[in-house]
Amino acid sequence: MRNPLARWPAARQLTGRDRSGRGEAARSQRTIALQPRTHQADRVVQSICPFCAVGCGQRVYVQNEVVTQIEGDPDSPISRGRLCPKGAASRNLVQSPLREYKVRYRRPYGTEWEDLRLEQALDMIAHRVIAARREGWQDADADGRPLNRTLGVASLGGATLDNEENYLIKKLFTALGIVQVENQARI
Amino acid sequence: MAINSGPPPYPGEVLVQPVAGDEVGFFTDSSICIGCKACEVACKEWNNVPVDDIRYLNSSYDNTGELSANSWRHVSFIEQKRDDGVAWLMNSDVCKHCKHAACLDVCPTGAIFRTEFDTVVVQADVCNGCGYCIPACPFGVLTRREGIVDQPAETHVAQKCTMCYDRLKGGDEPACAQACPTKSIQFGPLPALRERAQRRLDVLHQEGVEAARLYLADESDNEVGGAGAFFLLLDEPAKYRYPERPITPTRRLRGMWLAAAAAAAVVLAGVGAAAASGRR
Amino acid sequence: MGSNMAENHPVGFQWVMEAKLKGAPVIHVDPRFTRTSANASFHVPIRAGSDIAFLGGVVHHILENDRWFKDYVLPYTNAANIVGEKFRDTEDLDGLFSGWDPAKEGYDTASWQFAGMAKANSAPEGQGSAAKAEPSGGLGGGLAGAEPERDETLQHPRCVFQLLKRHFSRYTPEMVEELTGVPKERFVQVAELLCANSGRERTSAIVYSVGWTQHTVGVQLIRTAAIIQLLLGNMGRPGGGIMALRGHASIQGSTDIPTLYDLLPGYIPMPHAEDLDLQTYLDGHVKSGGGWARLDSYLISLLKAYWGEAATPENDMNYGRLPRIDKDHSTYRTAIAMLEGKVKGYFLPGENPAVGSANGKLQRAAMAQLDWLVVRDLFLIESATFWQDGPEVAGGQTRPEDCKTEVFFLPAAAHTEKSGSFTNTQRLVQWHHQAIEPPGDCRSELWFYYHLGRVIREKLAASKDPRDRGILELTWDYGASGPKAEPSAEAVLREINGWDRAGRLLSGFAELKADGSTACGCWIYSGIYADGVNQAARKKPGSQQTWVAPEWAWAWPANRRQLYNRASADPAGNPWSERKRYVWWDAERAEWQGEDVPDFNRTKEPQYRPGEGAGGDAALSGDAPFIMQGDGRGWLYAPSAVLDAPLPPHYEPHESPVRNRLYEQEANPMREIYHHPLNPYNEDPEKYPFVMTTYRLTEHHTAGAMSRNVPVLSELQPEFFCEISPELAELRGLEQGGYAAIITARGRIHARVMVTNRIAPLQVAGKTLHQVGLPYHWGQRGLTRGDSANDAFPIVLDPNVHIQEVKAATCDIRPAERPKWP
Repeated sequence: MRNPLARWPAARQLTGRDRSGRGEAARSQRTIALQPRTHQADRVVQSICPFCAVGCGQRVYVQNEVVTQIEGDPDSPISRGRLCPKGAASRNLVQSPLREYKVRYRRPYGTEWEDLRLEQALDMIAHRVIAARREGWQDADADGRPLNRTLGVASLGGATLDNEENYLIKKLFTALGIVQVENQARI
Repeated sequence: MAINSGPPPYPGEVLVQPVAGDEVGFFTDSSICIGCKACEVACKEWNNVPVDDIRYLNSSYDNTGELSANSWRHVSFIEQKRDDGVAWLMNSDVCKHCKHAACLDVCPTGAIFRTEFDTVVVQADVCNGCGYCIPACPFGVLTRREGIVDQPAETHVAQKCTMCYDRLKGGDEPACAQACPTKSIQFGPLPALRERAQRRLDVLHQEGVEAARLYLADESDNEVGGAGAFFLLLDEPAKYRYPERPITPTRRLRGMWLAAAAAAAVVLAGVGAAAASGRR
Repeated sequence: MGSNMAENHPVGFQWVMEAKLKGAPVIHVDPRFTRTSANASFHVPIRAGSDIAFLGGVVHHILENDRWFKDYVLPYTNAANIVGEKFRDTEDLDGLFSGWDPAKEGYDTASWQFAGMAKANSAPEGQGSAAKAEPSGGLGGGLAGAEPERDETLQHPRCVFQLLKRHFSRYTPEMVEELTGVPKERFVQVAELLCANSGRERTSAIVYSVGWTQHTVGVQLIRTAAIIQLLLGNMGRPGGGIMALRGHASIQGSTDIPTLYDLLPGYIPMPHAEDLDLQTYLDGHVKSGGGWARLDSYLISLLKAYWGEAATPENDMNYGRLPRIDKDHSTYRTAIAMLEGKVKGYFLPGENPAVGSANGKLQRAAMAQLDWLVVRDLFLIESATFWQDGPEVAGGQTRPEDCKTEVFFLPAAAHTEKSGSFTNTQRLVQWHHQAIEPPGDCRSELWFYYHLGRVIREKLAASKDPRDRGILELTWDYGASGPKAEPSAEAVLREINGWDRAGRLLSGFAELKADGSTACGCWIYSGIYADGVNQAARKKPGSQQTWVAPEWAWAWPANRRQLYNRASADPAGNPWSERKRYVWWDAERAEWQGEDVPDFNRTKEPQYRPGEGAGGDAALSGDAPFIMQGDGRGWLYAPSAVLDAPLPPHYEPHESPVRNRLYEQEANPMREIYHHPLNPYNEDPEKYPFVMTTYRLTEHHTAGAMSRNVPVLSELQPEFFCEISPELAELRGLEQGGYAAIITARGRIHARVMVTNRIAPLQVAGKTLHQVGLPYHWGQRGLTRGDSANDAFPIVLDPNVHIQEVKAATCDIRPAERPKWP
C-alpha cells in the first residue's frame, strides 16, 4: 500500500467496501500478511509416523534447520493424510521440553547424574562389553558341544528402531557371541 | 481458495472443491467420530495453542472440558445406559463461526473480523483483552488466554478457533479436518456440506437411528443467523451441552439502533420545532 | 477380538469405518465397551481370558450347521489328513493330549503325527520329542517324508475334520455362555454373521492385537482364529485373513530383521547346541517341500553378508562363528538371570521394561543387580532412573547409594533426525527421510552400534584369541560420513537386499545361492534394493495407483501385499467370484495374473502335480496355496510347529477365579511359570475374586515415554485410572473420582476410580464376575505420573513365544487414600 494512511484501519473502513469495519477493513498488517508457515519451509521431507504400526505417512516441514510442522502425508495410500493424536503430536514429541540432549552418567552407588563426553561414553561402554563378554563366555556345553557365546551381556530394544538399526545390532551382537538379544516384539 | 477435506467416507459421495467467494465451514458428523482427539492435537500443533493445565476431570475420557482460549477443539464423551446396553457419544466441538456473530458485534477494537471465507477470526495483535466477546458468545467458546509464560504477547488476549485462517489463505484445509482419521470433521463449501449432511441423516434415519439430527445446519434451530460449523448429533443438543436454541444477544442491535435513531430524530425535530417557535 | 482398533490404530480404523458405511457388519468382542465398540455394529462383552471358548464355539457352530466352505476346505487344508492311531485328544484325556510327560512338562509329539508318514516330524532337531523344547525360529510347518494318508470323503474317524468336530463337540452355545459370559443368543448371532459373510461372494476378516497374544494360550488363540478362517475360506482372499495389529512403528521389522534371541534375519532359526556344524543344521531344518526347502541358500547368503570373504566353503561358511542357544534366553528369563547376578551388562535402546514389562518391581530389582546399563532414549525414562526415583526408592525400600549399577544414558535421535525404514503391521517397508541433524549428543542407533562395533574391533585388533575372530572378521563398513560420521542407512539396506559376486544388487530371493556366490542380510527383504533403487522409498501417491497401491513403498516378500493370495482363486485357478477377484491363472499367457504380485510360482499351472521325489516348490501341487508350509496346505490340525496343542483347547488363565468347566486340566499345562520370591502368584480366588486386564489409550503410547513426556498428549489423559462397573463400585464402596488400591500378591498399586457402565459385570458359571480395567501407560516420570499397571502382574508366559499373560489375572480392589505420587 503506497498511501501510509491506508494502513490505518479506520481509513480503510472509510475508503473501502467494508464500511462497517467488521471485515477486511479490520485486518491488521499481520493478518494481511498471514500465510501458512508450511509455505515458507526450506524443504518438505516425507517421513513415517514413529508411533504405532499402521505406518501413516508424514510430511516434515523444515525452516532454518528447525522442524516447523509435521502433518499427514496425503500421498500415503495407507493413511491418506490423516493422523491420530499421537501422530499429530509428532512435532511436540521431537521438540518436547523434557527431551535430553546430553549424555548422562551415573557411577556405581552414585546419587546424582554426572556429565560425560559422548566419545568417552562410547569408549567406556566398548571396554565394558569386552570385559562382560569374557566374563560370561561359554565355549561349550556339558556334552562338549560348542556354544561359542556369552551370557554376560543382554539387550532389550524398542520397536521404534529402524530395520537397518536392528540389522546392525543383531549382526554385531551375534558376532560377539551375545545371544540374549531381545525386543519389544517379545512383549 | 482452500481445498476441502476429502474424500468423504460415505459411499458414492463426491468431492466438491470450494471456489472463490464460497462460504466455507465444518460439518462434524458425530456418528463416525471415534473420539481419538486428533483434532484437538492437530489444532494445538498448528496454531501453537498452549497446554495450560494437566488435570484429571473425572468426566469419562474428557479431560479438556470445554472450549476455551487454550482448547479450540473439544471432544465430548457422553456415556449413556440404554435398554440394549450402553452408548458412548463422542463429538468434536468447535467455534460455530456464526453468521450473526455476537463476539464480532461487541468487539470494540476491531480485533474480531469476518474473513473473506465468511469465518470469524480474532486478531491477537489487535485484541486488548477487554473481554466483551466472552459473555456475548451464546456457546461459551471464547475465553482469555492467561498466564502462559512462553507466549507473553498473547496473555489476556481472547482466543478461539480461526478455522486455520492462515491455512485457508494458503489453500490448505484446516489442521483438524486434515488429521481426522475417519473424516468425522469435514471441511468444504457450506452448501455442499449441508447437502451431504442431509443425505447422511437420511441414511441414518433409514437405518433406524431416529435420534440422529442436524444441529445448526440452517437457521431453523437457532437465532445466530446460521453457522459456519454445524453438527450431526445422535441425541438432543442439550445432551452435548449445546443450547437448544442459541440466540445472538446482539441480533436486535440493528433494530435498536434504528429505533434509537428514530427517537433521536423525533427529539431533534421537537427540539428544532421548539427552538423555531421560541424564536418567534 | 483382542483388539481395540479405534483407540490404538485410529488411522487404520478409517478403513473399517468405510467398510461399515458400505454395509459391512463390524463386531467388537471385548471385556470393555471401548471407542471401538462405540463405533461397531454391536459390542459383545466377554470375560477376559475366555476367547478360545468363544472361538471354539464358532468352530462348533460352523461344523454343526454345515457352514464350512467345502470347495475351499477340501483342497486347501489338511481336513482330509488322517492322524495316527496313537493320538488322543483332550476329549479323551480331560484336557491333555497324548504324549504328555509330566516330568518334563511337555509333549512327545510323535503320536500327533499323520498316518503313513515315513518320519512324520517336521519340527527341527529335538523338537518332536523333547519336552519344553524351544520352538525354532519362524519356520512354517514342514512335513518330511511321504504324503500322509487322506480320506477325501472326510468320513474316517481319525481324519482331521472328524477330530476337529469331536474336539469342539462340547463348545456349544450354552457352554460358551457359561464360560465367557456371552448370552448364547448373542453368540449365535456373531457366529451366523461370520458364516453369512463368508464364501465365494463374501469374505470376513478377524482383527487381533496383544489382547490375544498376551495370554498363556496366545498362540493357540490365534490358531483357533486360523481354523475358523480356513473353514470359512477367508485366508488369502481380499477382505479376509487374520490381521495382527501391531503397536510399534517397526515391531514387524523387529521380528523380520530380528533382535530376538531365537531368530536370525528372515525367521531363520538360531543354531541350537545340537546343530554342530552347517550340515547338521541344514539337515535338521531343511524341509522337503515348500519355500523353506531353500533354507541353505538363505543361511549361507546371510553368513556371506556377515563375514564376506572370510566365509568360505572350506571353513563351513564361518557357521562355527555363530553362537548357539540351548534354552530359553528370552527377556523374562534374562531378567531372572540378572537377579542371579549372571548378566553383567544390559542395553536398552528405546525400551522401558521398568514400566512396559510384566512385574515392574522384578524388572527394577533385576537391573539393580547389573554391573552396567546403557539406556538410549529421547527421555530419561524410568528404566534409566530406577535407582534414583523408582517406587522402591520412593517407598524407602532401597536408596540410590545402595545400587551398584553404573548407568549410561545416551540421548537418541528422533525419527525426523535420521533416515531408515520401518516395517508396518502389513509388512510394508516404508522409508523415512532425515529432515534435520540430530541435536547435541543425540545420535541414531545406527551411529551408536556402528561406532560401538568399530571401537570394540579397534580394541581387539591385536587379539589372537579364536573367540575374537568372529567380531574381527565381520564386514563392518557402512560409509560413515559427514560431521558426525553417520553410517549410511542405505548402505545397510543394500546389504540386507544382497548382491552377487560382481556386486550387482539382487532382484529377489530367487537369486540366492547356497554356494557362497551371493550375500544377503535378510532373504525375505531381498529385492528391496532391486535395480539399485531403494524400493522402500517409493512414494508414488496413492491417488495415482490402483487400490492395491503396489508402487507405494515395498512389501516383503517380493512386494506381495497379500500373502497366500493363490487362495483367492479356486483350485482350477479361476476367481471364486467376480466380486472377490484378486489373483487368477491366465491360461492364454500360462501364468498367474492379478491385482497383486501372485504369491505362487508364476508359471506353475493349477493342474500341476509333483512327481516322485520332488523337493522344494516342485513338491507342491498347483492347487496348494500355502507355499511356506511343507505340504502347501492350511493347517486345521498342527502336528508340529506349536508345542502345546495340535488343536486348541480352552484353558483358564494362570490366575482365574473360574474353574475350567471343560477339562480337569485347568490351565495350559505347558505355560511357563517362574517361581521366584519377587514373582508370587495369586493362589486363593476367594482373596482375589476379580479379573483384571491391561490395555492402552489412544492418547498414550505403550510404556509412555513417547506420550507422558509430550505436553499435548499428557493433558488428554493426565492420570492413571481403573475402570470398574457401578456394581463393583457399590460392592467395594468405591467412589467415582476417588482412589482405589488394586491388590495382588505382587503388592498394591493405586489408581483413580472411573465408574462406568462400559465395563459391565458378567454372569459366568452361574456367578457374577467383575472385571477391572487398567491402562498401563504410567510410571514415575514425565508430565503425568502414576503407578504402573504392570507392577500388578506376574510373569507367566506362553510356552511357544514366551509372551507374558497381562490380559487376564486376578486381583482385589479396595478404596484407598489419595496416594502421594512420586
